[in-house]
Amino acid sequence: MSAAPLLTVRDLVAGYGNAAPVLRSVSFDVEPGSITAVVGANGAGKTTLMRALSGLIRPAAGELRFDDVDLREVPVERRVRHGLAHVPQGHGVVAELTVDENLRLGGLWRRDRADARRAVAEVYEMFEPLALRRRHAGHQLSGGERQMLALGRALVGRPRLLLLDEPSLGLAPKAVAQTMALLRRLRDESAVAVLLAEQSLRGALSVADRGIVMSQGQLVFTAPAKDLRDNPHLRQLYLGF
Amino acid sequence: MLLERFVFLTLDGLARGTAYAAFALALVLIWRAARVVNFAQGAMAVACVYVAHSVTAATGSYWAGFGAAVASGLVLGAAVDFCVMRLAAGTASHLNSVIIALGLVLIIQAVLGIAYGNEYLPTPAPFDRTAITVGEFVLLSPFDLFVIGTVAAAVAALAWLFGRTPVGLRMRAGAFAPEVSRLLGVNVGGMLTLGWALAAGLGAIAGMLVVPTELALHPHAMDLVFVASFTAAVIGGLDSPPGVVVGGLAVGLTLSYVSGYLGGDLSPLATLLLLLAVLLVRPEGLITRAKVRRV
Repeated sequence: MSAAPLLTVRDLVAGYGNAAPVLRSVSFDVEPGSITAVVGANGAGKTTLMRALSGLIRPAAGELRFDDVDLREVPVERRVRHGLAHVPQGHGVVAELTVDENLRLGGLWRRDRADARRAVAEVYEMFEPLALRRRHAGHQLSGGERQMLALGRALVGRPRLLLLDEPSLGLAPKAVAQTMALLRRLRDESAVAVLLAEQSLRGALSVADRGIVMSQGQLVFTAPAKDLRDNPHLRQLYLGF
Repeated sequence: MLLERFVFLTLDGLARGTAYAAFALALVLIWRAARVVNFAQGAMAVACVYVAHSVTAATGSYWAGFGAAVASGLVLGAAVDFCVMRLAAGTASHLNSVIIALGLVLIIQAVLGIAYGNEYLPTPAPFDRTAITVGEFVLLSPFDLFVIGTVAAAVAALAWLFGRTPVGLRMRAGAFAPEVSRLLGVNVGGMLTLGWALAAGLGAIAGMLVVPTELALHPHAMDLVFVASFTAAVIGGLDSPPGVVVGGLAVGLTLSYVSGYLGGDLSPLATLLLLLAVLLVRPEGLITRAKVRRV
């Protein structure tokens, strides 16, 4: 973990409209090929953080660097070209499009059309249920299948950093475990870095390398996930279990 | 004699209905992309027909005028979105867009009146409008066949664009889920402008097909056509392109039967009664898919 950070966030302030900012001076780094879990209660600012990173909301202040790129200068549509993929809360599957169309949509921006097609084929290999339902519309899928589709669609862009917002939301425990296992596999085999916002603390910390604890829009504690997971005192203090 | 008349009215209604369907499809393109009923569609189409009139007068070629109408429709549609409708984008109420569209109607019709005058200008059809007769049966005219063929080609082209091309996929995704599409690299604003351009281009085609069958060209030439096409769009379901085609044919047939059997003066009333009946019985349209669950 000595490489230069892939993502650098410094003193980030962001919110919605003229209301008081939700995020207040948040700073952290994400290392290449690592999984960073952002944990915290409802309203802690996890989703706002994800939306600020992907450009869906404009930060009021602070620094956002992705590699050597100042993300504040990059429009939301262009961030995917830099290797930043955001799977929003609720999975963000386009309900009216088929599975195949959703996946192709994930690679339409790419110049290398052949590799985009290859990436779609790899997603079908990775998620067999999707291969069996490629002509089905998004709204016909189960919660687990929609999660696979949203994740698979992000992977078609061959991202370097995945922003996953509550991927376990509404999923059965078995599907959550499968998702976490997949993230581990992505990190180990493809060196994809993951920033994982989760309320499911045990699931997130079981797979993460580092944990970030947020509360009321502020980063209150950061430590190796192992420490948060294994130290009852820290767990009780910051995570309440 | 009764059968011959019925066949004639049916065929005439289908020919008229295809043009209504094309115009209604233009309304649906905008509705699906921006959730706006473009009340300026009729006035924009008339403006394009005036452009065609000028080009045809200058060149002596109907087809040069037809091409100019389509081109001006594409440009006008893009300009309306880019220069006007984006002012209302992001506001909480879609009513703002509707009011802007109604304002556009007044502006376009006033400008056309100033530029061309309010008198009726003759608009010749490119093909003979005399119906072909087989035995006792009066069938379609060559112009009717041209109308049906042109609309069929336009609908097929749109179906290919939306169903088979990356641009069509981007446009559909941008309309259904703009935020997610932006995250996936889709220029949603650009796709919306393209949608407006295509809709206005299609509206221009519909105008070129309808105006020769109406009294003549004048700034209000498409007003009643707009009402009929809007009815067709509501009947078919504003979210359903295939439904709109069926709706257009239904309106065309209704108007043809009413004007044929009851008198032409009752046609506008029949359109409004049809619209009222559909809104009372099935406001989501007769041919709509089950509501898509948001995921």
